[in-house]
Amino acid sequence: MSCQELVELVTDYLEGALSDEDRARFDEHLAECAGCRAYLAQIRGTLRAVRDTERLEQRPEVAGLMAAFRDFHRRQ
Amino acid sequence: MTTAAEAELVARLRAGDERAFEALVTRHQRTMLAVARTYVSSRAVAEEVVQEAWLGVLKGLDRFEGRSSLTTWILRIVANIARTRGVREARIVPHEPSVDPERFRGPGDPYSGHWWSAPSEWPEDVLAERETLAVVLAEIQRLPPAQRSVIAMRDIQGCSPDEVSAVLEISDGNQRVLLHRARSRVRAALERHLDEARNAVPAGET
Repeated sequence: MSCQELVELVTDYLEGALSDEDRARFDEHLAECAGCRAYLAQIRGTLRAVRDTERLEQRPEVAGLMAAFRDFHRRQ
Repeated sequence: MTTAAEAELVARLRAGDERAFEALVTRHQRTMLAVARTYVSSRAVAEEVVQEAWLGVLKGLDRFEGRSSLTTWILRIVANIARTRGVREARIVPHEPSVDPERFRGPGDPYSGHWWSAPSEWPEDVLAERETLAVVLAEIQRLPPAQRSVIAMRDIQGCSPDEVSAVLEISDGNQRVLLHRARSRVRAALERHLDEARNAVPAGET
């Protein structure tokens, strides 16, 4: 497995979708290649950053919705 | 043209002989995968194509007339399904390399396909900065719609792959291809940003 192949398999690896054989080749390559270990760490860092973007998001505008909800409730 | 042995095999399959079917699968699986891979980009999608082809084989067995060999007939079913899938997949997921090919050693180099310019470790604290997260958010918003939906559902909402496939009505394999493209692009955007930030540090301070 080359580094160029490995970067295309990274998601299948993290998702547990590789065959046992490919997984073993992937792990073997990682053990010998600092560049690919850094790449995998970057992908994991990317996942954390994507999750953390939630912190940036504005609170959604709920006032209108709440009004509709109350309105609905009152008519019940 | 079918041989007598093949005609007998077909008769056993029609009679519901499980061992005959198992042998048929064993004998064809590898080639079917290879044929499927001609049209679709990932192994996972190819496996789904093969799975679907087997269902087609079972459904069509009664109509098999032996005008071609059984193998050819089976492989044609695979190819037809894979072609359809390949077209559909190409529409959702244009094939693009996850990492700029220039970063790898070229053909002719004894280490062809290995890093020319290897990635570096990212500092954890910079990764958590608002400015960095804004870059990530901007890149997510620039993604093609299907990729954006998948990364948002999986990596922000924490949905399972099954949930994503069900909602978007895409196969598990396609779901993963889209997720892969999306994550790869966000990683590349992050790398560009973090490299720029590093280079912006005045000399002597590194």
